Amino acid sequence: MASHPLWQLTITRFREFLREPEAVFWVFAFPVLLACALGLAFRSQGPPEVLAGVLAGPAAAGMEQTLATGGGMRVRTLDRPQADVALRHGAIHVLVIPGDPVTYEFDPSRPESRVARYVIDERVQAAAGREPAVRAADRPVTVAGSRYIDWVVPGLLGMNIMGTGMWGVAFSVVQARVRKLLKRLMATPMLRSHYLLSHMLSRLLFLVLEVTALLGFARLVFGIPMNGSLFTLAGFCLLGAVTFSGLGLLVASRAKTVEGVSGLMNLVMVPMWIFSGVFFASENFPDAMQPFISLLPLTALNEALRGVMIDGAGVTALVTQAAILLTWTLLSFTAALRMFRWR
Amino acid sequence: MSAAEPALRCRGLVKRYGDVVAVDGLELEVHRGECFGLLGPNGAGKTTTIEILEGLLSPDAGDVQVLGMRWEHDASRLRQRLGIQLQETQLSDKLSVEEVLRLFRSFYSQGPAVDELIASVGLDTKRTAWYSKLSGGQKQRLAIACALTGDPDLLFLDEPTTGLDPQSRRQVWDLLRGLKQQGRTILVTTHYMDEAHAICDRVAIVDQGKVIAQGTPTELIASLGAEHVVAFALRDGVELPAEAALLRLPGVRRASLHDGGGTLIVSHLHEALPALLRAVQAPDPFSLLTTHSATLEDVFMSLTGRQLREE
Repeated sequence: MASHPLWQLTITRFREFLREPEAVFWVFAFPVLLACALGLAFRSQGPPEVLAGVLAGPAAAGMEQTLATGGGMRVRTLDRPQADVALRHGAIHVLVIPGDPVTYEFDPSRPESRVARYVIDERVQAAAGREPAVRAADRPVTVAGSRYIDWVVPGLLGMNIMGTGMWGVAFSVVQARVRKLLKRLMATPMLRSHYLLSHMLSRLLFLVLEVTALLGFARLVFGIPMNGSLFTLAGFCLLGAVTFSGLGLLVASRAKTVEGVSGLMNLVMVPMWIFSGVFFASENFPDAMQPFISLLPLTALNEALRGVMIDGAGVTALVTQAAILLTWTLLSFTAALRMFRWR
Repeated sequence: MSAAEPALRCRGLVKRYGDVVAVDGLELEVHRGECFGLLGPNGAGKTTTIEILEGLLSPDAGDVQVLGMRWEHDASRLRQRLGIQLQETQLSDKLSVEEVLRLFRSFYSQGPAVDELIASVGLDTKRTAWYSKLSGGQKQRLAIACALTGDPDLLFLDEPTTGLDPQSRRQVWDLLRGLKQQGRTILVTTHYMDEAHAICDRVAIVDQGKVIAQGTPTELIASLGAEHVVAFALRDGVELPAEAALLRLPGVRRASLHDGGGTLIVSHLHEALPALLRAVQAPDPFSLLTTHSATLEDVFMSLTGRQLREE
C-alpha cells in the first residue's frame, strides 16, 4: 500500500499542498473568515428599531416623549436642515412634524420607512386616546433557516468546493508542466491514469477537511441548521468536488503557463460567483437568463446544498441538480483527457 | 537480448520542426556496458536525438531499437528498464530528497531501496532537505538517483553537468564511472570535450543533426595525425605566411588560418615550433603563441572549422 504509485502520488500532492501556506489559507481560513464577516454584518437581533425624527418647534418635546413611550424606537429632535440630511441618508426613517394635521415625511420607496410610518402613527393615535377596535395579540416566531447566514453558508460551501477543486487540480498540473516535471514523469513507467486519479484522491482528502472546517464553524458560531441527512450532503459535496476537478483538469489541459491558466480559471469561475447564487439569490436576474443560470454547475451544487441543509430535501428532490453535475463531470473529463498535453 | 546485440541502435533517424531539420539521418550503435557520449555544440540535435531514443519524441523517419525492443510494441517493458535524466526537469521545491525518491521508486517493479539510492549518490546528509534547498550539484545527483530508482540496464543522461561548478562536475563524473563499473550502459550528451574524454569509452561527434566522427576519444584525437596543437596570433602589420608554406614546415600535419593568426596541428613540437618562428620574418611578431596537447575540441574544429563552444 505505502509503496503503491497511486498512494505515493496522492500523498505527494497532499504534502505539496500543506507546505504552501497561502494555499492552506485560501482553502481553510478564507471561507471561515468570510462566513464570519457575513454573519456579523447580517446578524439578527430581534425586531429592527424604528428611527424617528421630530422637527424642532414648540410641540417637539411632547411629541418626542409620546413616541419614546413603549421602546423599540429611537427618537431625535432635528431642525430643518439636519432633518433633510438625516432623511436622505436613512439615519431616520420618518420625520414627524407636530401640528394639525400631524405630518409624516418619508420616502415611500424605502420599505422600512413605510413600516415606520405605521408604527409611529399607532403611537400618536394611542396617545391621543384611540382604542383598538379589535383586540389583537402578537406571537413572535423565528423560523430556523430563514436568516441570511443560514442561506449564505451553503453558498459559501459551494463556492469553496468550486475554487479549491479547480485551483487544486489546475495549478499543480500546469506547474508540473512548466517545470518539465510532467515530461519527466512520462519518462517513468508511471500510468497516466494514476497521475490524474491522484489529483482526484488528494482533492477528496482536502474536501473532508475543508467542509468540516466551514460547516463546523458555522454550526458552532451561528447555529446554522442541518435539516437533511449528512449522508446526502456528503454525497453532493463529493459530486461537486469531482465535477470541479474535471473542470480544473479541462482548464489545465493545454495551458503552458501559470498566468495563462489563471486567466482561464477566472473566465470560468467569476460568472458563477455572480450568477449561481452565492451571495444573493440568482432569481434577481431576468427570467430570460434563468434557464442558462440553472444549468451552471455551481447553481446546481448550491441548490442541492441549500436543499439538503435548509429544506431537509432528500436525493429524490434533487435529481435534476445531481444530473446537471454528473453531465458536467462527464463532459469535462472526456474533453480534458482528449486535449491533455503531457509535455 | 543476446549478449552480442547492441544496447541501442538507430538508423536513418530524422526529426523536423517545421522547416528546421533537427536530426538528419543520424546513425548510432551503443554496445552493452559502455559509456557512450554524444558530443556536439548547442543546437546540434543531441537532445532531440536522446529524446527520440527515450521514447519521448517520435521520429519522422528512421528505426530505433533499445535493448532489442521497439517503442511501438514494448513501451511499458522498456520504461521499466531505462533510467532517464532530462536536461531541464525541476522537481517539486517543497519535497525532500527522500520523498522524491520514494515517489519515483513506486513507479518501478524492482530496484534498490531508497536508503541505498541516497547513499549511492552521496546525499545522506540531505535526505530530509527540500529540493529547493539543494545546490546545483546536489540537484543533479538527485536527478541521477531518480534515474536509478528502477535499477536500469540503460541510462540516458542529457547534459548532466551543464551549469555546475568544477568540483560538482567531478563528483558527477565519479558517480558515472561507478555506474559504468556496475555494468550499466550509459548514453550521455555533453558539449564539454573534457567531460567526454573523462567518462566516455566511445564518442560520437554530432553536428547539424548528423554524426560526423565516431570512435574512442584517443582514436578521434589520433585521427588528427598529430598530438600537439600550436595556436598563434600576429601583431598588427605582420604579414601572415601562406597556408601552403606552413604545411611544408617540418612536423606540421594540418594548418588553418584565420584573421591575423592560425592553428597548426603538429607531430613534433621541437621541430615545428622553431620552424614557425623562422617562417615569420619580423622582430617580436606574436601577440599570442601557445601550445597544448590535442583534445576533442581540436577534432571538432578540424572537422567543422568552428569552436565547439562559442563563448
